[in-house]
Amino acid sequence: MIQILFFFFAALAVGAAINVLVQKHVLYSSLSLIVMLTAVSALFILLQAEFLAVINVIVYAGAIMVLFVFVIMLLNIPADPSGEDGSDRLRWLKLIGIPLGIFLLLMVGATVWNVSNSTNATQMTGTAQAIGQSLFTDYLLPFELTSLLILIALMGAVVFAKKDL
Amino acid sequence: MIEYLTNRDFLILMAKMFSIFGGVMTALAYTTLMERRVMAFVQMRPGPNRVGPMGLLQPLADGLKFLFKEQVVPTNANVLLYYAAPIVSLVPALLSFSVIPFGPDLKMSDISVSLLFVFAITSLGVYGIVLGGWASNSKYPLMGAMRAAAQMLSYELSLTLSVVGVLMIAHTLSLAELVTSQQGTWFGFIPRWNIFLQPVAFLVYVVSAVAETNRLPFDLAESEQELVAGWHTEYSGMKFAMFFLAEYANMVTVSCLATILFLGGWNGPSFGPWWLQMALPTVWFISKIFCFIFAYIMVRATVPRIRYDQLMQFGWKILLPLAVANILITSLVVALS
Amino acid sequence: MIPLHWYLILAAVLFLLGTLGFFLKRNIITLLLSVEIMLNAVNLTFVAFSSQRGLISGQIFVFFVLVVAAAEAAVGLALVIAMFRNRESLNVDRSNLLKW
Repeated sequence: MIQILFFFFAALAVGAAINVLVQKHVLYSSLSLIVMLTAVSALFILLQAEFLAVINVIVYAGAIMVLFVFVIMLLNIPADPSGEDGSDRLRWLKLIGIPLGIFLLLMVGATVWNVSNSTNATQMTGTAQAIGQSLFTDYLLPFELTSLLILIALMGAVVFAKKDL
Repeated sequence: MIEYLTNRDFLILMAKMFSIFGGVMTALAYTTLMERRVMAFVQMRPGPNRVGPMGLLQPLADGLKFLFKEQVVPTNANVLLYYAAPIVSLVPALLSFSVIPFGPDLKMSDISVSLLFVFAITSLGVYGIVLGGWASNSKYPLMGAMRAAAQMLSYELSLTLSVVGVLMIAHTLSLAELVTSQQGTWFGFIPRWNIFLQPVAFLVYVVSAVAETNRLPFDLAESEQELVAGWHTEYSGMKFAMFFLAEYANMVTVSCLATILFLGGWNGPSFGPWWLQMALPTVWFISKIFCFIFAYIMVRATVPRIRYDQLMQFGWKILLPLAVANILITSLVVALS
Repeated sequence: MIPLHWYLILAAVLFLLGTLGFFLKRNIITLLLSVEIMLNAVNLTFVAFSSQRGLISGQIFVFFVLVVAAAEAAVGLALVIAMFRNRESLNVDRSNLLKW
C-alpha cells in the first residue's frame, strides 16, 4: 500500500518537474511547480517527517510560489515565443547535455544502489517536539542568523523593486 | 483487498467520513440561508421565507438555480485556469474539515500537526482566487484578485502568530489534544478555556480570521459597490456556486478553529442518559460554532467597509506587532511559572 | 517498506531535471523555478537520510534550506522586476552588456 503511494507521488513529482520545463508560458510552469511541491510534501509524510511536510506546503507552496505567481501576473509576461529558445547553440547544448545528464544520473543511481538500508534506527519521529528541541538547543546560532538573513533579504527585495531609488 | 474494505475499523471510518462530510455540506447550504435571513432581520425585512416553511428549502432552490444557469465564458479567457480556479478554491476549503474534531471520537483523522495542516490548506486556497481573477481576462476580477490575495497573505501572518500563545500553553499542535487540554474547570464553575488565558490572542485571531476569509469589514476585494463582484465577476452557474461554497466553508473552518483553540471545542457539561451523553459534545461544539457564524453575519450587517490601504496598514502595523507582543509576554509567563 | 535508494534516485532525477532546466532554458523565471526544483530534490535527500539514520539534524538542515530558498526567491524576483522594467524582456541572453 505504501509503495503504491510512493510511486504515485514520485510519478507526480517527476511529471510536474518535467512539465515545469516543457511549458511555454511561465505561469503554467509555476503552477506545475506547486504540484511538485505538494507531491514532495507527501513524500516527506511517507518518510515520517510530517512537521516538515506541512512547513514545506506553508512556506514554499503557500508563500514563495504566491510571490512567483504575483510577479508573473503583475508583469504580464507573455508566453515565450519559441524563436527565442531555438537558437543553434542551444540545440547543440540540448543534444549533448541531455544524454550527459542521463549518464550522470545512471552513475549516481549505481552508487546509491548499494547504500546499506541498515535498520530504520530508533523510532525517530519528525514531530514538532523533536525538531524544536534540536533547533533551539544545538542549532540556536544558525536559527538566529536566519532571522538576520531574512531581514537582509527583505531590505534587498524592497530596494531592488522600487521604481525610483 | 476485500478484507481491508470490510474491516470493521475501516467501515466505522467511512461512516464517520460520510456523516461529517454530509453534515458539513448541509451546514454550508443552510449557512447561506441563515446569512440572508439574519441580515434581512437586521435591515427590518423578512428575507427569503417563501420556499418551504420559513424558507428552509431555499438552499435547495438556490442549488437548482445554479445548476441550470447559462455558463458564460468571457472571450480570450484562459479556459483551463478559468475552469480550474473554482476547484482550486473549493477543495482546500473542504479539506480542512478532515482534521477537525467534532466530538471525542467524531473526527476523520488525528495527525500530530493538524493545526498546521489547516493553515497549510488555507494558504493553498489563495491560488483559487488569484487564478480565478487572472483567468477571467477582465479588469475588475484582476484587481479584486490581486487585492484579495495580498490581503489574505498579510492576515495569514497575524492569524498563525496569534495562535502561538495557545500552543505554548497546550504544548501540542494536534487539534484533538488542544481540545482535551481544555477540559475541566477552575474553582468549579469557570471552564478551563483558553480565551481566559489569551484574550488578546483571541481578539487578534478573530479579526485576522474575518480578514482572511474576505468578509466585511475587510471585503474590499469583492465589494459589491466598487468591483462588481471582485474575482468572481465573470463566473456564473455552478462555478460561482463553488466559489460561494468555498467562501462559506472557509468561514465555518475558521469558526471551528476559533472554538477549538479558544472556547474549548466540544467540552461542556455532560448530563443525562448514555445516548444523550454521546451526542452532547457535538451539540456543544456546533452551538459554539453557531455563535461565531452569527457574530460574523451580524458584523457583516452592521459595520462599514475598510479602505484597502487602511486594511493593509492595520494588518501589518497593528495586528502583527500585537500578535508578536502576545507571544513575547506569553512565553515570559510560561517560562517563569 | 520503501528502500532508501528509491528516495535517493528520485531525488537525483529531480535534481537532474532542475539542472537541465537551469542550463537549457532562457527565461529567467524558469531559471529560478529550476533552482527551486533542485533545492527540493536536496530537501528530499536530507529527509530520506534523516529518516534512515534516525537523526533529526537532517530535518533541521531542510529547515535552513527552506529559509535560504525563501530569501533567494524574494531577492531574485525583485531583480527580475528591475530587469524587466529596464529591458522589457526576460531572456537572459539579452542581459549581456558586460560581455567583451
